[in-house]
Amino acid sequence: MTGKRRIARRFDALQREGRGGLVAFVTAGDPDPATSAVILQGLPAAGADLIELGMPFSDPMADGPAIQQSSQRALKAGMTLRKTLDMVAAFRRRDDETPIVLMGYFNPIHAHGVEAFVSDAAAAGVDGLIIVDLPPEEPELVTPAQAAGLDFIFLTTPTTDDARLKTVLAQASGFVYYVSITGITGTRSASAGDVRIAVERLRRHTDLPVAVGFGIKTSVQAGEIANVADAAVVGSALVARVAANLDEQGRARPGATDAVLELVRDLAAGVAGARKRETVG
Amino acid sequence: MSRYEQRVLANGPIMLYYPACGVTLRIAGTLETRMKSLNTYRAGPDEKGHFGIYGGRYVAETLMPLILEVERAYDAAKEDPNFAAEKAHYFRQYIGRPSPLYFAERLTRELGGAKIYLKREDLNHTGAHKINSCIGQALLARRMGKRRIIAETGAGQHGVATATVCALFGIPCVVYMGAVDIARQAPNVYRMKMLGAEVRPATSGSATLKDAMNEALRDWVSNVESTYYLIGTTAGPHPYPVMVRDFQSVIGEEVREQMQEAEGRLPDSLIACIGGGSNAMGLFHPFLDDRNVRIIAVEAAGEGVETGKHAASLTAGKPGVLHGNRTYLLQDGDGQIEEAHSVSAGLDYPGIGPEHAWLHDIGRVEYVSVTDREALEAFHLCTRLEGIIPALESAHAVAQLVKIAGDLGRDHLAVLNMSGRGDKDLDMVANLTGDGP
Repeated sequence: MTGKRRIARRFDALQREGRGGLVAFVTAGDPDPATSAVILQGLPAAGADLIELGMPFSDPMADGPAIQQSSQRALKAGMTLRKTLDMVAAFRRRDDETPIVLMGYFNPIHAHGVEAFVSDAAAAGVDGLIIVDLPPEEPELVTPAQAAGLDFIFLTTPTTDDARLKTVLAQASGFVYYVSITGITGTRSASAGDVRIAVERLRRHTDLPVAVGFGIKTSVQAGEIANVADAAVVGSALVARVAANLDEQGRARPGATDAVLELVRDLAAGVAGARKRETVG
Repeated sequence: MSRYEQRVLANGPIMLYYPACGVTLRIAGTLETRMKSLNTYRAGPDEKGHFGIYGGRYVAETLMPLILEVERAYDAAKEDPNFAAEKAHYFRQYIGRPSPLYFAERLTRELGGAKIYLKREDLNHTGAHKINSCIGQALLARRMGKRRIIAETGAGQHGVATATVCALFGIPCVVYMGAVDIARQAPNVYRMKMLGAEVRPATSGSATLKDAMNEALRDWVSNVESTYYLIGTTAGPHPYPVMVRDFQSVIGEEVREQMQEAEGRLPDSLIACIGGGSNAMGLFHPFLDDRNVRIIAVEAAGEGVETGKHAASLTAGKPGVLHGNRTYLLQDGDGQIEEAHSVSAGLDYPGIGPEHAWLHDIGRVEYVSVTDREALEAFHLCTRLEGIIPALESAHAVAQLVKIAGDLGRDHLAVLNMSGRGDKDLDMVANLTGDGP
């Protein structure tokens, strides 16, 4: 990799196109490793500008039922952190452009060993990390991750006041993830107006791109959010689409991967169709 | 026995390396505070809530401002004589403190060694030590202007204590409880409902205590402005481990005075059961710097540590991060949390308070484990000899005492924390024991 990192390059490209991006979240190994790999490979062509890949964890405290269940399905199907990294490496052999950000909780990384994890993740072609339960007060992964060339993406929320925002943004790289509601994934939705105000506040504090997530379910919502932010993140709706395409034994029905990618295409169309933004700050 | 390697550089930081999890800890602060922290076991945690490498604040950003607010409110309350007076009032008039330190004469004679004293937390209102911290935290929630309290519960003891203080102060209360536990602890569910609490089942994961805690955290994230999360043990993100410890330390402080009165000196050993660790920490903390006092904590070995069906996080777990703190956890090689197993629902948790993890590593407290079967035998022994029906949790401590009391001299003074009474466990005991004990 030369020059800018994949995440920065992708946001530069979106800026040139004058549109916001779509960040698609899926859980690695959901509903099973083989099906999940097919979904992952298909995401860029379906219109995902960035990929957030969930690392399954037994106790996902910040997630709502849809992502909890996707995590459980993946673990039941034998998914591990090692296999998640292998899945990224396989993806990278075919796609060297689409950024992949791993999202999850700290304990599986802790068990893997921080130093080993950051070097394995970088070697696999991971671009960034979002670790829900590592606020800036617990910096033990940030420094090694950034030293290994991985961006560390921090969450900011409606409860993050200006004073705290400085602390959070001081260590952030890649982009800033704005959690648009006080709540768990896949529940309430924030209005585009509230998100606009929040994003404007963030832009006064940082030059990093801002992606907005939690509660975005439809292509219309995705378009509205992509219109006021640099990217919209959709997760629960996608893993719910996985769940809707399982048979009674929990196995993927024929056409399950297409059904998920169809929703990604729909969301991408919503994002692409949004009014072109004026260049902001 | 120490679990870390220490390097002190002349003018630089003190470095502690923990081979168990490959972590190096740098002890911050001035030379003076660092010296102080090395000369006492009672200085922790540091300003970020760390006990050695354990503890901390591993929570989602949405909760961080709130947790910092709890910390500020607690720091202010600690300095406020009105808060202390209010707490003292409810401790005495409502809980019925001080709880007696009772010389268990027949148990002592039966075991043929150490002179055994029982610290009678089972005589507290609601029948266990849990109420101490609930009163303290509910008073804090009220000072913070919170309009709603949530809690997690395993056996239902902490849920009942929380529902009780919410009734007392007129605060709406929601208790999260694993669906599996709701089924096996019906009387406590009914008690909580009578007290006006809403009991919400946690159906995700293993549908037990850890999942109830996950659900409570999800509720808190969703209701940050209005809600106070009343955690039941010395675990969770800072400041909970230290705050719950401080409220429970009344147990050990009373024991110091009462033993002085009874025997004219300090006890020789302390024994308590440990799940998350609040009754144990409450008894132990005031004695940590009395190096001649032997301190023993008893984990639940379930069907036996070797069977994998147990709740012995320190004996068989390894360091990890869950529910806001770094501590010892039952987990698989991939860092997925494993289910705990114990006959005692109150010990049925795959983690342990971070201060215990630290005391374990530095070797100040001995952590041992006893099985379901041993606890059950001790339950009957204590009931028949003393007319005191212990909670199955407390029966684990009794079982350890049965193992060691005979080897201790007759002038050895042992204090056992009778953390709760066993009425709640009668169905379980009847099922396990059959018609007659």
